[in-house]
Amino acid sequence: MPATQLGQLSPVAIAFFFVFIGVTLGITYWAARKTKTTSEFYAAGGGISGFQNGLALAGDYMSAASFLGIAGLVATGGYDGLIYSVGYLVGWPIVMFLIAEPLRNLGKYTFADVVAYRLQQKPVKTMAAVGSVTTVIIYLIAQMVGAGSLIKLMFGLKYEYALIAVGILMIAYVLFGGMLATTWVQIIKAVLLIGGATVLALLVLNRFGWSYGNLFSAVAKLPNGDALLTPGHYKVATSPFDLVSLALGLMFGTAGLPHILMRFYTVPDAREARKSVFVATGFIGYFYILTFTIGYGAAALVAAKFLAKPAPGTPGMGNNVAAPLLAEILGGGPFLGFLCAVAFATILAVVAGLTLAGASAISHDLYAGVMKGGVTDEKTEVGVAKIATVALGVIAILLGLLFKEVNVAFMVGLAFAVAASANFPALLMSVFWKKFTTQAAVASMAVGLASAVILIVLSPTVWTDVFHFASAPPVPLKNPALISMTLAFLTGFIVSLVTRDQNAEDGFEEQQMRATFGL
Amino acid sequence: MQNQSEQGRGNDPELMALVKRKASLSRFLTLVMFVTYFGYVCLLAFKPEALSGRVGAATVGIPIGIGLILLAWVLTGIYVRWANGAYDAVVARLKSK
Repeated sequence: MPATQLGQLSPVAIAFFFVFIGVTLGITYWAARKTKTTSEFYAAGGGISGFQNGLALAGDYMSAASFLGIAGLVATGGYDGLIYSVGYLVGWPIVMFLIAEPLRNLGKYTFADVVAYRLQQKPVKTMAAVGSVTTVIIYLIAQMVGAGSLIKLMFGLKYEYALIAVGILMIAYVLFGGMLATTWVQIIKAVLLIGGATVLALLVLNRFGWSYGNLFSAVAKLPNGDALLTPGHYKVATSPFDLVSLALGLMFGTAGLPHILMRFYTVPDAREARKSVFVATGFIGYFYILTFTIGYGAAALVAAKFLAKPAPGTPGMGNNVAAPLLAEILGGGPFLGFLCAVAFATILAVVAGLTLAGASAISHDLYAGVMKGGVTDEKTEVGVAKIATVALGVIAILLGLLFKEVNVAFMVGLAFAVAASANFPALLMSVFWKKFTTQAAVASMAVGLASAVILIVLSPTVWTDVFHFASAPPVPLKNPALISMTLAFLTGFIVSLVTRDQNAEDGFEEQQMRATFGL
Repeated sequence: MQNQSEQGRGNDPELMALVKRKASLSRFLTLVMFVTYFGYVCLLAFKPEALSGRVGAATVGIPIGIGLILLAWVLTGIYVRWANGAYDAVVARLKSK
């Protein structure tokens, strides 16, 4: 195995790492003085511009899994890994056309505000908060375990220390700086990640004489070249239907992720909200187009050496190392150090956004909306949000320790499936369907959540890969969205037909006007 | 009084026509994205050889995947151009009436 600096403490990586921490904590200190009220804590006072929010959405959304994961997936599994590049993006137009404006116009700080707009507040907000917090915690586990092993792999830092460092930093950003600090951490991360990925893609092209022809010829000449370039090898799914299910979850999961939906309250109006989706789609799309080049560059240059035959005794040298190794071969130690720091920033921006969304569901939906009937004083509600932030941070660290030995790669997919099944159908039906009732909203969210979680436990990803049961998994699909999202829509539809909610029907016209025009 | 003006706005035929146009544009663009994406996904799932033709050394699946990402961005661009331009202008005029 050729020598690599990966896993050693490189001075460049440490320098970048401390600069990033210094700058973000400085921003948090600045933001803390502007974060007193609920509006400032949850939504940065609504003072973020459309362009800034677009970048922050990109920073909130692009996880380390998409950067390192897709590159590795393409390098080892070939074309089918790119379904993630396309699938992670195509949800954004859906957010734009169906969700962003009603969300901005009807809600205050969370998507539960919107689902409950003309329905009974307490049951709907309770269930929506359960959906939010579940999505957030599943996503957090994936990010925390990923962070621990990634930082260990890149810096040689112990898993537990890495986890605690990430946990403390994310609590600090959210606790003191609220949405304003979180937004700027996400903006900085988006710029770093897009810049780093651009340089990496350019280095790949430079190596191949600035010609995609040369790059793909080099891939085609590999022993498994044909398999890498040809679509349809199902490395990412067990069957054609499973692939469709995965694609469905990726598209509609985006429109149900609480930490993404929450960002639409940081802009002043629907106009800026639209602009921010356009900006976000542009940056995220550009980034995923880069993953095509980076993935096949990794296939051509590093996959054969590092991934096909992993050296014994190097667990975890799996898919995630493709991009960092590519960076080292093409850009040397300093560029590797920079990219490791970028991966770290990437994780921090996502977990901060998740923590803030989870804390808001607890303080705004459950405490203020359900327990206090919508009437609270600012100070107490911000206090509850801060307690929830610390609690979620500690829970995230503990779950990261608990799941240390578990392969959590499936958890990002599960988070998307839960978002697509528990959150998205109820949100869509509440905004667009007059006959939708309170009972139907609660039932749809409960069925979507339960079926997504149960199906994945009974699927090969958990049944076989996590529990190591010898028997065949009861559900052959790795990706539950095809079934669980359909069930959620069906439940919402049927229960609406058999129940009546006169208040909800009467309020529909007013809701529609407000969803379209704002106040 | 507030209520009355709200009522008035709700019955304005020009406004209603605008709301309808907005809803149908949203629906149309959603449909375009849905059909192209799931068309691609179904080919990938059920008939992958349709995406396996060669463009140089690469397969046609690669430009098609990139094309879908670009299409998604263009669709959001069309929407934001209309909504933040012509649509917002009419809404502002009607609101000031």
